Amino acid sequence: MAAPRSFLWSRRIFLTLLTAFVLLPVYVMVSSSLKPLEDVSGTFQWIPSNPTVRPYVDIWETVPLADYFVNSLVVAGAATVCSVTIAVFAAYAVSRYAFRGRRIFTVTVLSTQMFPGILFLLPLFLIYVNIGNATGIALFGSRGGLVLTYLTFSLPFSIWMLIGYFDSVPRDLDEAAKVDGCGPLGALFRVLVPAAVPGIVAVAVYAFMTAWGEVLFASVMTDDTTRTLAVGLQGYATQNDVYWNQVMAASLVVSLPVVAGFLLLQRYLVTGLTAGAVK
Amino acid sequence: MTLTAAPGAGERTTRKDSPGAAPRTRRSGRLRRIGLPYLLLLPALILELLVHLVPMVIGIVVSFKELTQFHIRAWDAAPWAGLDNYALAVDFHAPVGEALLNSFLTTCLFTLLSVGSCWLLGVAAAVFLQEDFRGRGFLRTVFLVPYALPVYAAVITWAFMFQRDNGLINHVLHDRLGLTDSPPFWLIGDNSFVTLLVVSVWKGWPFAFLIIMAGLQNIPREIYEAAALDGAGTWQQIRRITLPSLRPVNQVLVLVLFLWTFNDFNTPFVLFGRAAPEAADLISLHIHQSSFQTWNFGAGSAMSVLLLLFLLVVTGGYLWLTSRGRQATDA
Repeated sequence: MAAPRSFLWSRRIFLTLLTAFVLLPVYVMVSSSLKPLEDVSGTFQWIPSNPTVRPYVDIWETVPLADYFVNSLVVAGAATVCSVTIAVFAAYAVSRYAFRGRRIFTVTVLSTQMFPGILFLLPLFLIYVNIGNATGIALFGSRGGLVLTYLTFSLPFSIWMLIGYFDSVPRDLDEAAKVDGCGPLGALFRVLVPAAVPGIVAVAVYAFMTAWGEVLFASVMTDDTTRTLAVGLQGYATQNDVYWNQVMAASLVVSLPVVAGFLLLQRYLVTGLTAGAVK
Repeated sequence: MTLTAAPGAGERTTRKDSPGAAPRTRRSGRLRRIGLPYLLLLPALILELLVHLVPMVIGIVVSFKELTQFHIRAWDAAPWAGLDNYALAVDFHAPVGEALLNSFLTTCLFTLLSVGSCWLLGVAAAVFLQEDFRGRGFLRTVFLVPYALPVYAAVITWAFMFQRDNGLINHVLHDRLGLTDSPPFWLIGDNSFVTLLVVSVWKGWPFAFLIIMAGLQNIPREIYEAAALDGAGTWQQIRRITLPSLRPVNQVLVLVLFLWTFNDFNTPFVLFGRAAPEAADLISLHIHQSSFQTWNFGAGSAMSVLLLLFLLVVTGGYLWLTSRGRQATDA
C-alpha cells in the first residue's frame, strides 16, 4: 500500500533537516582542515578561499601524533581482543550452565554499567599506584593499566549482549556437538561462536570504539610516552593560539579508522543488537 | 537483513545429527562439570573485582576519610573524617554544597532535555527509515556517523563551530542572519547550557536510532499487512503498531540513555576544559573538578557516593515500575 502524501512530505523534510544537522560538523571538519591558519582564525568561510593540504603535513610535527596513534591502537586493540574473549567465555557459562550465583553475577555485571566513571577514577588511581609500589608492576601511566580499565568498560555490555545471542542459538545444536564428541569448549567454538558472529562483531566494534573515544581515564592515567589520541589532540592549543586547521585535520585523521570500520560493520551491529540486546 | 544467520548456520548441524540420539556418557568428572562455569567466568570475575568492585569499596571508604594530596601515597593511613565529607557535600548553604546542588539540578534538567530529544529524533528517524525507499541505506549510514566519531574529535569540532569570533554558528546567526546585535559567547556564560545540549543530542541520538531500528526488525510484517487490510493508514499503523511494539525496547533504551547522559564526563570536558561554566556544570565534571582542584579527595568521594546512591534509587525505582508494567501487560 502506498504511503499518503503527508507521510512522504514529513519524511522528506525531517530526513533532510536531520541529515544537515548530522553532517554539518563533518563538513566543518573537512573544509577547515584545508584552510591556512589565517583563514580559520578569521571569520568563518564555507568554502576555503586558499585551499591547502599543509595542515595534514603539520599535524605530525606540532604534536607527536604518530606516537599517540600507536598508543591508541595498541590500547584499544588489546582491550577489544581481551574484552571479546572474556565475554565469550562468561556469556557461554551464563547461557548454558545452571550454577549457583548465576543471577548475582549477571545483576552485578549489569549494574556496574550505571556507576559513574568518576567514582572509579580516584580508587583506580590508588589501586594502580599501590600495586606498582608493592609489586613493581607499573600500571599507572602505562598502556597496561589503561587496557585493564577500558576492557572492563565494554565487558558488561559485551557479556549481556552475548548472553542474549547465545540464548537465541538452540541448545540442541551444542548438545548435538557434545554428543558428537566435542568437549564444552569444542561446542562453544564450533557451534556457538560461528552462529553468533554478528553479535561478536557488534561487541568488538563497541569495545574498540569505547576505548578509542575514552577521555577521562586517558587524561589522568597516561604520561608523555603513553598518551592516547583522546588527550593528544589537546596539544594543538597553545597559550596564545589554537591551530584550528590542524585540530580539524587531526580530528579527521584519527576518526577515519573508526568511522570506516564502523560503517563497514554496521550491518552486523543492527543484526547483533536485534538478536542480542533487543528482545 | 541477514537476520537468519544464527538459526541458518545451526540447522545444518541439527539435521546431521539429531540431538539426544546417542546418549554417550562422557568421562569428564562431576567436579569438572560443576567447576567449569566458574572457570569460564573467572577472568570476567577477576576483572570486575579489580576494576569495579574493589574500587567501589575503596571509594566508599575514602569518602569517610580526610584524604588530601599528603596522604595519597598511603591512603589507608589518612585520618578518619566520619561523616564530615558528607556534611560538607550536603550543606547547601555553604559554597561547596550549594555548588554541588546547582550542578545536580543542572544535570537533571540537562539529562531530561537531552534524553527526550535523543529519543524523539531516534524514533522519528527509525520509523521514517522502516520502509524501503531510494537512499535509505545511505541515510542509515550517514545517521550513524556521529555515533562512530570518537567523542573528542566530534566535540572539539563543535567547540570550533561555537567559537565566538571565528565559528560557524555566530557567522550564520550574526553575520548572515543578523539575529544578534553582537556575536554571543557560546562556551562561557548561560548559553553554554544550550551548546552542551546541542552537542550531546547530536552525539547521542544515533544510539537511540540504532536500538530502535533493531527493535523494529522484531515486528512481524504480517501485523502491518493485516492492519492495512483492515483499512489502517500509514500514520495509524505507526501509532497503533510501531510505537506500542517498541515499548520494551524503549524501557531499556531510556534507562541506558539516562545513565550515560547523567554520568557524561567527556562531552563537557572536551567542550569546556577542566572547569565548565556554571550553567553547564555537569555533575561528573563538577566532582572531578572539586576533587582534583582542591585536592580534597574525601569530599570528592563523598559526592561520588551520593551520586551513586541517587542513580541506584532512580534505576531501582524505574526497573520496579517498568517490570510491574510488564507483568500487568503479560497477565
